[in-house]
Amino acid sequence: MSDTTHTGPVLAADGTPLKRSLRRALRAQKLRALALIAPLLIFVLLTFIAPIADMLFRSVENQIVGRTLPMTVEELRDWDGEGTPADSVYRALYFDLFLAAEGKEHTKLGSRLNYEESGISSMFRTTGRDVDNIGKVYQKAIEKVNPAFGEGAFWYDMMSGGQGAEGNETLLSNQIGRLEGLESKTFKGDIGFVPGAEIYKILPNATRAYTAFAAFTVFMDEDVVAEEDPWEAVYPALLLDLREPATMAALAGYQGPGAQELRDLAAQADTLPPVDLKAALVESNEDWLRTEYWEVIKTYSPPYTTGYFLNAIDMEKTTDGIALRADDERIYGILFKRTMFMSMVITFSCIALGYPVAWIMSNLPARSANLLMILVLLPFWTSLLVRTSAWKIMLQQQGVINDVLVWLGLVADESRLVMINNQFGTIVAMTHILLPFMILPMYSVMQTIPQTYLRAAKSLGANNWTAFWRVYFPQSVPGIGAGSILVFILAIGYYITPEIVGGTTGTFISNRIAYHISTSLNWGLGAALGSILLAVVMVLYYAYDKIVGIDNVKLG
Amino acid sequence: MANTGNNDAFVAFERVQKSYDGETLVVKDLNLSLPKGEFLTMLGPSGSGKTTCLMMLAGFETATHGEIKLDGISINNIPPHKRGIGMVFQNYALFPHMTIAENLSFPLEVRKIGKSDREAKVKRALEMVEMGAFGGRRPAQLSGGQQQRVALARALVFEPELVLMDEPLGALDKQLREKMQFEITHLAHELGITTVYVTHDQTEALTMSDRVAVFNDGRIQQLAPPDELYESPQNSFVAQFIGENNTLAGTVQEIKDGLALVKLDNGDVIDATPVNVEKAGDRTLISIRPERVEFNRDRLSPDAHTLKAEVAEFIYMGDIFRTRLKVAGRDDFIIKTRNAPDQRRLKPGEMIEIGWLAEDCRALDAT
Repeated sequence: MSDTTHTGPVLAADGTPLKRSLRRALRAQKLRALALIAPLLIFVLLTFIAPIADMLFRSVENQIVGRTLPMTVEELRDWDGEGTPADSVYRALYFDLFLAAEGKEHTKLGSRLNYEESGISSMFRTTGRDVDNIGKVYQKAIEKVNPAFGEGAFWYDMMSGGQGAEGNETLLSNQIGRLEGLESKTFKGDIGFVPGAEIYKILPNATRAYTAFAAFTVFMDEDVVAEEDPWEAVYPALLLDLREPATMAALAGYQGPGAQELRDLAAQADTLPPVDLKAALVESNEDWLRTEYWEVIKTYSPPYTTGYFLNAIDMEKTTDGIALRADDERIYGILFKRTMFMSMVITFSCIALGYPVAWIMSNLPARSANLLMILVLLPFWTSLLVRTSAWKIMLQQQGVINDVLVWLGLVADESRLVMINNQFGTIVAMTHILLPFMILPMYSVMQTIPQTYLRAAKSLGANNWTAFWRVYFPQSVPGIGAGSILVFILAIGYYITPEIVGGTTGTFISNRIAYHISTSLNWGLGAALGSILLAVVMVLYYAYDKIVGIDNVKLG
Repeated sequence: MANTGNNDAFVAFERVQKSYDGETLVVKDLNLSLPKGEFLTMLGPSGSGKTTCLMMLAGFETATHGEIKLDGISINNIPPHKRGIGMVFQNYALFPHMTIAENLSFPLEVRKIGKSDREAKVKRALEMVEMGAFGGRRPAQLSGGQQQRVALARALVFEPELVLMDEPLGALDKQLREKMQFEITHLAHELGITTVYVTHDQTEALTMSDRVAVFNDGRIQQLAPPDELYESPQNSFVAQFIGENNTLAGTVQEIKDGLALVKLDNGDVIDATPVNVEKAGDRTLISIRPERVEFNRDRLSPDAHTLKAEVAEFIYMGDIFRTRLKVAGRDDFIIKTRNAPDQRRLKPGEMIEIGWLAEDCRALDAT
């Protein structure tokens, strides 16, 4: 401590500030401590914190729509939700879907949207198969007019605007970025093609479609752009551009490669089939006319959505806002309530069964207490699966307990008790499995309560019950608290036991989460359910801290 | 020493035996009675059975045989909470989850005493031990001495006629212990409470008690007021356990006129008062207090027997001098002299003659 006359920082003997020399002195110690915890810290970060963060992210993440159908989403923004969207939406959809189908990403989007409205998946799948054929009609018509339009080199020259022409780097990087979004990868390097700036102004759709093709050819097919014939989508795009009245005028003054061919083609544009992509898509699958499907696409177009969470609490997004699902479609609310209720029942059964055991153990001499402790820990020596299966054998209708009851004549043979594949079975099996987690903290707390307190209470005139209830019990509450938190939190996320003995009425929310993770593959919904579970546990923990105080929890 | 069948006895142990394992007796044939208002201390080494006796009286242990009576009524079968005996425990046993006031209120609540009555009694009891300002605190917030006071107040708040204390001052430092010794005796006498106090600290026993029961090996060795216990120990255990004591082994040569002539093992002869030796030829341990040994020949009677001694060590202790001597083949003979102006300070190596008055030297059993 510095004396009062000294105002500056306290100095060490050699004149350096004391704080700094203290830090230096402790540094080696701190580093060693850090090195010791580092393996665990890294392990926890990788296997615990990171997955939780990922889960939280997945529960709101919805970038697939925007990444797969970027132009469609853009065009759809102005749609009012009545009837079908404008033709421009279908047009954008065609080009989006074409690229997605080439990358085989459209089915993923289909399954994603299918979670919200069943049937969408097959719509994407069938149309994804047809996009090539839709384009092929225009390709054939154009090639008939001028076969040059079927050659890769010709297209390459035309679209790059010839040697030394000014390029549109923005368009290029946009298209590469779009491909990156679609494939969830990063692409680096020169693709050997830059769309011409001038040609883009004249033929925006065709240039964009060709640039997308160029990027896809280089990065996905790993080919050379100039040597490949363009894919079908560029033909309807070119036709769309040529049908624009302004295009003729712009072409008139254009000097770049293929200018003449384009002018000739434009002159004959009227003889080519009309570009009606809406009709083509609808022909492929009539569902593209269904308003509710378009509503789903529009609703889920933002990159982040509350949709998973709404689903997880039995609500849904509609164009009118958020609404509760129909009665018969609500399942998660029931499951959450059941999970909470059963976890509480299990916790209370564990307290009721564990307290006397912990009490006896803490009052026995060390030798006998150790023996009892081994018995308490015995269940840990057998696999969880074995223990649960054992309960199945015990509780089933032809099982041990029913046999004994029938043999004793307490239950008629034809009306054997149903004790498994329901809530009862789950509660019994889980109470048994979680009991040690209750007994251990209670025991360690009770061990620290000296018997003299009870004697003191009795000497003061309290009978056995009063002495227990007023003096012993309040001191054992921290143990009950610790055990309850442990058991409740373990129970609320339990999976294997309810899965095996729970049947349909005894399953927990975790079983549903597992279903979504491994069977329906709706990870977003699984993540949302998991996040809610995590939130519930944290809220309960907070409440417990407020009511009982976490300082009062003792594990030993 | 055995005053059984005393009708005035408030607390009485009658032929009480206690065994935990059915093989050995921890308490062997205990007979003890104490009148109302007495402060009795049970003193003894650990394992001597004193705490067991206290626990039997409190009701936490059952007597294997015999009867324990309280106010003339056998309490063997009365559970502890109905005995109405106040008790102070070794580690106070204040309930940690209750405030001081709640701790004190507890015995009143279980007796279903009304709230206002309760509060008044709690307040009075706390003031009695000068802890009036601490009612709202928790035990953990108090010092050891304060907890001790509260424990005492709690044992007294329901006005029991008998209070038991099980080494209540064991955890306190020396100064505080001495202060509390005084306060406890003072309170007990003021309130007229009968007190049974257990300790292994002989100073505590001597300073506090009306009578002390010295326990050893499950029996009361001597039951007497402190001065009698110190000055007239009945056997060599008591002599050695209470206070500092020099012992010399020898054989009784003759007993005459209440005086015993003892021949020590090295052949010297010395005078002693016979206590529990009966005839010439008995082996004996003679016992003499260090402060009663005299080395100034002028102060001894002319015909007194003396022993030759060599000074081994001189220790200056402020108020007294403590000198270790080599006497009769032993080198642990201690004498204490008062630090007075004319007092001689002995030097190591010096040869002196020591002796004592026959009544200060007691010839006890040789065990």
